[in-house]
Amino acid sequence: MLLNASGCLDALAAPDVARSLDAFVTKTITPLPRGGNAPVRIAETDAGMLNSIGLANPGRERFLAETLPRLRELGVPLWVSVGGFSAREYAETCARLEGIAAIELNLSCPNVDEAPESAAEIVTACRAATDLPLYAKLSPAAWDIAAAARAVETAGADGLSLVNTLRGLALDERTLRPLLATGTGGYSGPALKPVALAAVYACSRATEIPIVGMGGVRTGLDALELIAAGASAVALGTILFADPYAPARIRSELAAETAARGLADPLAARGSAHRTPTSAANSDNALQKTPGNRHKSTA
Amino acid sequence: MRRELRNVTGSEAVGPYTLLRVAAGGLDAGAPGQFFMLEAPGRVLPRPMSVCLATARELAFLVDPIGPGTRALAALASGDRLHLLGPLGRGFRPDVRRPLLVGGGIGIAPLPFLSQRLGRPPALLGFRTAWHAEAAALVPNAEVCLEPTYVTELLPDEPHDVLACGPEPMLEALRALVPDAQLAWEAPMACGYGACYGCAVEIGGELKRLCVEGPVLRAA
Repeated sequence: MLLNASGCLDALAAPDVARSLDAFVTKTITPLPRGGNAPVRIAETDAGMLNSIGLANPGRERFLAETLPRLRELGVPLWVSVGGFSAREYAETCARLEGIAAIELNLSCPNVDEAPESAAEIVTACRAATDLPLYAKLSPAAWDIAAAARAVETAGADGLSLVNTLRGLALDERTLRPLLATGTGGYSGPALKPVALAAVYACSRATEIPIVGMGGVRTGLDALELIAAGASAVALGTILFADPYAPARIRSELAAETAARGLADPLAARGSAHRTPTSAANSDNALQKTPGNRHKSTA
Repeated sequence: MRRELRNVTGSEAVGPYTLLRVAAGGLDAGAPGQFFMLEAPGRVLPRPMSVCLATARELAFLVDPIGPGTRALAALASGDRLHLLGPLGRGFRPDVRRPLLVGGGIGIAPLPFLSQRLGRPPALLGFRTAWHAEAAALVPNAEVCLEPTYVTELLPDEPHDVLACGPEPMLEALRALVPDAQLAWEAPMACGYGACYGCAVEIGGELKRLCVEGPVLRAA
């Protein structure tokens, strides 16, 4: 299953792109409208990009009255990303949502102040407010993301979205001042892939709930790697900015990667990163350790 | 909006800028002031470039090589290939009676195409140095000034329909002087098609994305 990462696609501005996904995830909705941070809000780096959009959104009431009805007309399953500045704010928005596929709780935006409560407390409040599937989007900056994942699972989360951006800084090459008006921003793109893989790998061992993996996916192989690490769905972020038609390409690459491995379905590879190597792979490893083989490989 | 792979047909220096020519191959050039996202080799994000010149065979983009992405674009040579996404945004409206094109620096980029569409109206262009002003050769009927003289000092007394693109201080000054001017703004953006909200500006209390509602906006 292929989704967009929240904030990386506007389905109303690009309906065909949204329809090329299995579900559309909205930009994060907060109770009150937000203009977001001052420009400059985007900066490219060598291996990724920074953003400091700051949760710009029309606010809950306008979203429910104007945006959501228009999104429903697209015929794509909808995930609504919910944000807030307290557990009560998150829960109030969750209580107002119905007839959508899932709610993703943005518990990890690096560009705004955090709610005072822990991620688990926010999930607990939202669990009491809705029966819809709740996905907790966690920050890869957590020292022990598996512990955070276990905590939100215990609090009633139905799934995990891994990962949000990491805080980063980029400087103007001439002035040596920050490129972004806010100074730091959220770092995404290719550099995030190993971070995302590590988070998915750790959390899939620590919990039983499904994981949407995201972070630096550019190819079908990237998507398959996240599935191998434990994800059961994959979301596209920065690549959508560079290429709105990436979903179709990544889908066909994923099918080719799957077929080339003799698998019936990409999800057949799910968790393969956790499995003990097969005996053939073992013997390969053993051979590499013998001096004779090492000599051969350097010859 | 289409994303297509096209051949570079040429690249030439125009003062400090590079005029990058790409085979049109059926791509719609759009309206003057509209733009394309150009894949910058080796970079994560494409770069927004307004169409500078358009013929049935070729699209040309004026690139100011000031950062890694624009330098990568300026380094492209005939035979290289790149992806283009576009045309994007809203361009200049051509329903004007007495057009006057006003441009500053790299902001002159959309004016050659606009001049072509409007039948070579008068133009007023400002540059930092004579070297930068070599780009004025791309715009017919242009009066050129160099710093410390600014284009706003040379605006004619009789009313004109001003269509302008240039640095923000120039556009702000024009906005104050010519309330019905059409102004093409610039902002860093990741996507060019409304996805990233990087280029959003607040206009009249509403959040507008320059890539969707602009880049050409009414002054007032």
